[in-house]
Formats: sequence, structure tokens, C-alpha cells
Amino acid sequence: MIRFDHVTKRYPDGTVAVDGLTLEAPTGRITVFVGPSGCGKTTSLRMVNRMIEPTSGTITIDDRDVTSLPPHELRRTIGYVIQHAGLFPHRTVIDNVATVPFLLGTDKKQARARAAELLERVGLPAHFARRYPAQLSGGQQQRVGVARALAADPPVMLMDEPFSAVDPVVREQLQDQFLQLQEELGKTIVFVTHDIDEAIKLGDQIAVMAVGGHLAQLSSPADLLARPIDAFVAGFVGRDRGYRALGFARGAALPTTPEPTVRFGERVPPGGLEEWTLVVDDTDQPQGWLRSGPSGSPPGSPIDDAALFRGGTLATQGGSLRAALDACLSSPSGRGVVVDGDGRLEGTVHLDAVTDLIASRERAEVTGGADG
Amino acid sequence: MADVAYLPGLPRMLPALLPADDNSSPWRFPQYFADHFSEVMGWLWAHTWLSVVPVIAGLIIALPIGWLASRHKWAYPPMMTVSGLLYTIPSIALFVLVPPLLGLDPLSPLQVPIALTVYSVALLVRVVADGLGSVSEETLQAATAIGYTPVGRFFTVELPIAVPVITAGLRVAVVANVSIVAVAGTIGMVNLGLLFDQGFKLSTDTPYYPPIVLGLLLCVLLALVLDLLVILLGRMLTPWRKAVRS
Repeated sequence: MIRFDHVTKRYPDGTVAVDGLTLEAPTGRITVFVGPSGCGKTTSLRMVNRMIEPTSGTITIDDRDVTSLPPHELRRTIGYVIQHAGLFPHRTVIDNVATVPFLLGTDKKQARARAAELLERVGLPAHFARRYPAQLSGGQQQRVGVARALAADPPVMLMDEPFSAVDPVVREQLQDQFLQLQEELGKTIVFVTHDIDEAIKLGDQIAVMAVGGHLAQLSSPADLLARPIDAFVAGFVGRDRGYRALGFARGAALPTTPEPTVRFGERVPPGGLEEWTLVVDDTDQPQGWLRSGPSGSPPGSPIDDAALFRGGTLATQGGSLRAALDACLSSPSGRGVVVDGDGRLEGTVHLDAVTDLIASRERAEVTGGADG
Repeated sequence: MADVAYLPGLPRMLPALLPADDNSSPWRFPQYFADHFSEVMGWLWAHTWLSVVPVIAGLIIALPIGWLASRHKWAYPPMMTVSGLLYTIPSIALFVLVPPLLGLDPLSPLQVPIALTVYSVALLVRVVADGLGSVSEETLQAATAIGYTPVGRFFTVELPIAVPVITAGLRVAVVANVSIVAVAGTIGMVNLGLLFDQGFKLSTDTPYYPPIVLGLLLCVLLALVLDLLVILLGRMLTPWRKAVRS
């Protein structure tokens, strides 16, 4: 557990970066500091590993004051990941990852073996080990950065906008993989971002900070969306809060109905089809919708890429109500496509059924409070 | 041949440049080399040392100064001005000034290496500062946050990353030194500059070319070889740059 106790950082010119911050980042959980620029979130993070020293107040890690160790020794016990990764351009990927074990005096061979294992864990193929950082894409570099932070198996990780500099698709992959990794490792993590969506996606606990360096609200993501404490937090959390809150809502099982399908690669049968027919591949994974009739594919025409509407999103059974609602709204047929955990078609769900689930959920939330 | 027309003096000089029987022809330099072989080789050797050692000494002195200049923004401009000014001092003046300034004997063999070290420092301070400045902020921050001590960070992260910029500066410094060392020959220091001195002394009625041409050739060759060595050294120290280029 990392505990901030009345921590203040005031610069000589009088600027207050962090103002009396008191909070706990629980062990094994992700605590996200989020806020506009100048709110002191990065300053707060950097006071944990003493890149910045507080003006007053104390920070403890597992009840031990961070000032009780020399800074460089403290830092070797804390993983650190930053934007653009900050890899060492003159060292191979594997030696980048093994940096902290090397500093700790671990046997080189052993440190490299562990580094290779970590590279695999963060999703980099083994042959990347001998490359240099400049030969990697931004996303790959960031993976190396995460592996490097984990190399000495620190109980605590500090992450300062680690995924901000990569494109949205890669960012999402990195976030998903990070969550998966955290599930296995259970590190105590402090994560800084300016992106509220990222905070909501990754955080077990979110600390919204306001300009002037004070903590505006500390709560779970669902709670933050449902009950922003003041106008600043409401404004920062932003639009579509109700819709986004559904991302955390796990309703009862989606009531699906069987959906007739045709196979990708076949031809439209002579008798024609319904106006909208779902197309699946050989393994029953939905590929898109096929339009028949006067304005669509005539009988006998091929069912191929050119004929498909791929605009619809998929909902996973057991997933969030947000995904279910979106599957309905994005489907040209009006029927939301639901798949099982392996991506196989389970059936379709109607918008009415989803809104019913949402409505019953809303009532539960008002009376029972939100879960994480 | 069109270019020749623009050099009005050349046609007149051509007979002198063409092979001739008389000993003062420029093409007689191999003969001169053969006749004075051991002596000239000694000068070449001295010249090599005088070109290389001050650069190494200069680099060692320039490292902390350059580090200061890269670390403190306010220090950079004055340091660059001072080092630039140092370089404008004519070498012959510096050779003469060094002994009284340092309380050395006027004919101390150290005056030339010291003066050359001053020039090397002047050149290399900027190079070291810029090289260290080329290390990205993220890399520095990550190195500190990961648990490097300041000294450890300097020698294992900052300096290796600055090597390409520093070797570029070393090439200039070494080659420049080869030419400045020759000037020291004219004040009697033992090196290839003595060949020019000889040439001038022997040019009484007519110019006596062989030692001058030999000196020029050996200086150019020496500069090329040292330059190549610095390039090779730089490549050896930066395998990561080669990998990135390919």
C-alpha cells in the first residue's frame, strides 16, 4: 500500500503543484491519478520515487517512509514506465529489460533469462531480444518499457502516461494486455493519465485532481460516472456518462433468439433471403450482414467481402450492457449480434430487451449503489 | 582543360611541375624521402604522437566542462564563447605564450602539446556538451527513475549515447591538430613541420620543392589515417547505430 499523508509540493516561486494530498493506493490494485494539465498528478507520482521531494507531508510504501532509503536504492524497488518508454538506444532490447537486475548485481545470464521470459509475457516475439529500440515501433517500445519496469519484480509500479503516445488501436491493445498482466501479477500500481476514458478503463480506484493540486474525488470508476462530487468532476468526467457507465454494468444474461445465417463464400439462394441476413464463417463467427431484395444482392450473387455490411459491433454474452446496447444500435437489421466467449454466434438480441435490462439495472443502482 | 585557362599562372609554372632532371623538382620527393628515411620517419612518429595525445588529454578535460555546459543552461553560452575565442588565438602565439604563462622553460618540449590540448579542449567542449545534450529527456528520466546513481548514469547511459557526436568532433580535432603540429616545426619542434622548414631554407635562388611536397603528402596521409582510426573506433563503440541503419 502506498500512502500519501498531507503531501504538499510548493515551488520556490510560490506555485503549489500538490496541495495537502492524502490518499491510499491499495496493495495489488491500480490507482489512477487523472486530471487536466497542471493538476499535480505527475508531480504526485514522482514524489513516490523521490524524483521530486515533497515540501511537507510523508509518503510511505507498506508503512515505510520513502525517505528512509537512498533515492537510487528506493527506485530499484519501484517499476517505472513513462510516455515514449525512454529506452536506452545503445542497448539491445533484452539488455534494456535486464537493466535493473544488472544494477542489483544479478548474474548476467540469469538476468537475461528472466528478461526473455518477460518479453514473451508482454507479447514480444523472442527474436526481438537482439534488436535495438530504434528498430521497434512505438507500441513495441512501450511493451519493452513495461517489461523493463517488471524485471526486478518490484511490488510497486509507477506509470506516467505510458500509453499516451501511441495510436488509438495500439493503445487499446496495450491497455488490454496491461490489465491481463496485472490480473496475473497483482502489483500495486499508481497510474497517471489525462485521459478520463483510460482512467475508467484501467482504474480500480480513480483520483480526480483539480488545478492547484488538490484531490477533487477519489472513488471507483462506476461511482465516478454515477456520482461526480461537484461541477468540476462532472465536467471533467465529460459527456455520455450514463452511456459510459453501462461499460461497468453486467446485467442478467442477454435474452438471445436464434438467428438464421448464411455462410461466407456461398451464393445467395435462388429464392432470395430476408432483407438482412447474418453471414458467418466456417467456425460460426459472425462476419457481417447481407442485404437482399431490390436494393441488395440478387439471388445467385456471391456472398463475399464486397457484399457485406460490417458496420455492426458484437456483444459478448456476459460482457457489459454498453456493448450489448451498441451492438443493437449499430446493427443494420436492428438486431444486436451476441457471441460467446470464443467469438461464436449465440444469437441476436433486441433493443427492447437490452433497455429492459438497463432499466432494471438503474433501479438497482439507485437503491443498492454501484459495484466496481 | 577548360579550367586551366582560368589559372593564368599555371602555364608558366608547368615546366617546373613537370619531371625534370634537377634535384629541386617537386617530383624528386621520393628521392628525398629515401635519402632522409630514418630522420623523416622519426619526425612522422613524433608528429603522430603530438596529434593524438593532446586530443585525448583535451577530451578528458572537455568531458567535465561539457557536462557542466549541458547540465546548466546558463553555462552553455559563455562556455561556447570562451572556447570559440580560444580557438582564434594563432597557434604560433599560443606556442610562445604557454611557457611564460605556466612558468615553463621557453624551449620546454611540453609547450606544444599543452597548446594543442588547449585547442582540443576548445573544440571538444562544444562537442561534448552537444553530445550529452542529444540524449533524450525520456532516457535520462528513465535512467534516474530506474535507480542509476548520477555517476553511473553519466558513464553507462549518457556518455555511450553521446559517442557519435563526440567522435564527429574528435575527427575534426585530430585532423586540425595534424596541421597545427606542423606549425610547431617552424619554431624548431621535432615533427613533419621541419620538412617545410628545410624546404624554405634550401630555397635560396630557386624554390626547392622535394621536402615541402613530402611534408604535405605525409601530413595529408597521417590526417587520413588518424581520421579513419577515429571513425573505426566510433563504429566499434556504437554497434547500435549500425543495426539501426541497416
